[in-house]
Amino acid sequence: MSVYFKYLLIHFKSQMQYRTSFWLLSLGQFFIPFSVFAGLYFLFERFGQIKGWGFFEVALCFAVIHMAFSISECFARGFDSFSDLIIKGDFDRVLVRPRSTFVQVLGSKFEFTRAGRLLQSVMVLIWALSSLPIEWTITKIATLVLMMTSGVFIFTGIYMLAATMCFWTVQGLEVANIFTDGGREMAQYPLNIYHKWVARFFTYVIPFGTVNYLPLQYILGKTQGSDLMYMVTPALGSLFILPCFFVWQFGVRHYRSTGS
Amino acid sequence: MIHLEGISKSYKIAKRQTGLRQAAKALFYREYTTIAALKDISFSINQGEIVGYIGPNGAGKSTTIKIMSGILVPDTGKCTIMGCTPWKERTSYVKNIGVVFGQRSQLWWDVPVMDSFELLKDIYKVPQQEYQTTIKLLIETLELQEIVNSPVRQLSLGQRMRCEIAASLIHSPQILFLDEPTIGLDAVSKIAVRKFIKTINKEKGVTVILTTHDMNDIEALAERVILIGKGNVLYDGHLEELRKRFGTRKTITADYSQNTSPIKMPAGAEILSYTQERLSISIDTNHTKTSDAITQLSQQVELTDVTIETQPIEDIIVKLYKEYQI
Repeated sequence: MSVYFKYLLIHFKSQMQYRTSFWLLSLGQFFIPFSVFAGLYFLFERFGQIKGWGFFEVALCFAVIHMAFSISECFARGFDSFSDLIIKGDFDRVLVRPRSTFVQVLGSKFEFTRAGRLLQSVMVLIWALSSLPIEWTITKIATLVLMMTSGVFIFTGIYMLAATMCFWTVQGLEVANIFTDGGREMAQYPLNIYHKWVARFFTYVIPFGTVNYLPLQYILGKTQGSDLMYMVTPALGSLFILPCFFVWQFGVRHYRSTGS
Repeated sequence: MIHLEGISKSYKIAKRQTGLRQAAKALFYREYTTIAALKDISFSINQGEIVGYIGPNGAGKSTTIKIMSGILVPDTGKCTIMGCTPWKERTSYVKNIGVVFGQRSQLWWDVPVMDSFELLKDIYKVPQQEYQTTIKLLIETLELQEIVNSPVRQLSLGQRMRCEIAASLIHSPQILFLDEPTIGLDAVSKIAVRKFIKTINKEKGVTVILTTHDMNDIEALAERVILIGKGNVLYDGHLEELRKRFGTRKTITADYSQNTSPIKMPAGAEILSYTQERLSISIDTNHTKTSDAITQLSQQVELTDVTIETQPIEDIIVKLYKEYQI
């Protein structure tokens, strides 16, 4: 893993060569979710609550999923923009180096400008947390951390699936954005406001529900039944990345035997 | 050390037709043709050799290099390099090889070259002490002192290529694959690169396999050439042998004091140019000995200067391509 940080460092140095564009892009990234959040705010000002969820509770939902999204876009950008690597033929270079393709692709690109987006969602998180009457315990803090982690894992997993498709299609598939951007937009509200099948899809197929909706019920004290069940959901959601990893390995093998 | 046996590889390529209608059709349905890039490639290379791997564009040079470096899996055949099958034991195998793709960079574009070297050190897990000595040697012999602290994007092509070669040697590989290492370089950089390849081969015993279109590279470096065309090995042997077999023509240029009477040409000579002071002919040494031709000329005119040129290797290769119809 240490080599991943070395990659991180060299990309950071490269990014610092273009400071102005870094600041401008980060500023842009700060304001994009800001406008979405403003929409959320005005919605609740008008309606008060949605299906028993108040403004700050939904803001917490929003903050968690957006944080996970910006972190994964920053650190797993290599998979998100993997088609570049294939088109330019630089994936060959990855294959002649004695490291796993996973860590090398992960280290091939970072998007530091997502710091702006991260900052915005951290601000929302702090605002929401300070306005909610939550009795904090160690397990609740641990659950919150786990929620972020599972979000990062799930987004990264989707990037990996989309990247694997590039071995066959060469060009990147925008269709994956339905699940990343779409999933993020869906999951910034608690899943129970949607149709049953939507909620099920985002719980059992692409488990965004485990990032915020389910564990948040534990943190907010809305659970019915066992707390433990809700608590461990983020950990289960993180497992999403495992099959993605195997699919990726399969794609790499396919690439090497076709030479495309 | 390197052993290839009956390697074949074919690509499936989508048929492309011109015209908008055909392009639209291709969105839904595609026909594929199979192109055999390599048909039956076999050769062995011993440690410490420099081998020139030549052939026209599309002959399968890069495909072979990719198979030998573990990037591609061949359809059939066996490839054993240093006891490994490249595509099976990828991570343990690639520690032993260095690869330079002349047309693609392996350095990080926006940071000083030295930073790229440091990262490669970590990727290849080279111990710090070993790295220090290697890098010192590389910087000295490739004369990189003045450029290692500039970002890659500010380097000229020649400077960059020198850094690329250094980068591929940081982990002291035993085999070096060079895919067109001198492409686009000026004469000075070419000579520097060649000299360096020769040095590491001699001093460190690195086995070098290089593909190139510049026959001067081959002439300067490789004792052995492997010529491939249409996916088959056409020639494998000494460069000198190749010259003997195909490069039998020599050009004789003679200067002499003014002469107006007709000159009787040596048998089988082909006149390239002819004036009252100078004659240039091409002879086939299989039929006429060079010394005989010169003697014959000296009997007829008063020679002041004679130069003999061997046929350039380029011509020989062109002749070979023609002979094999590739």
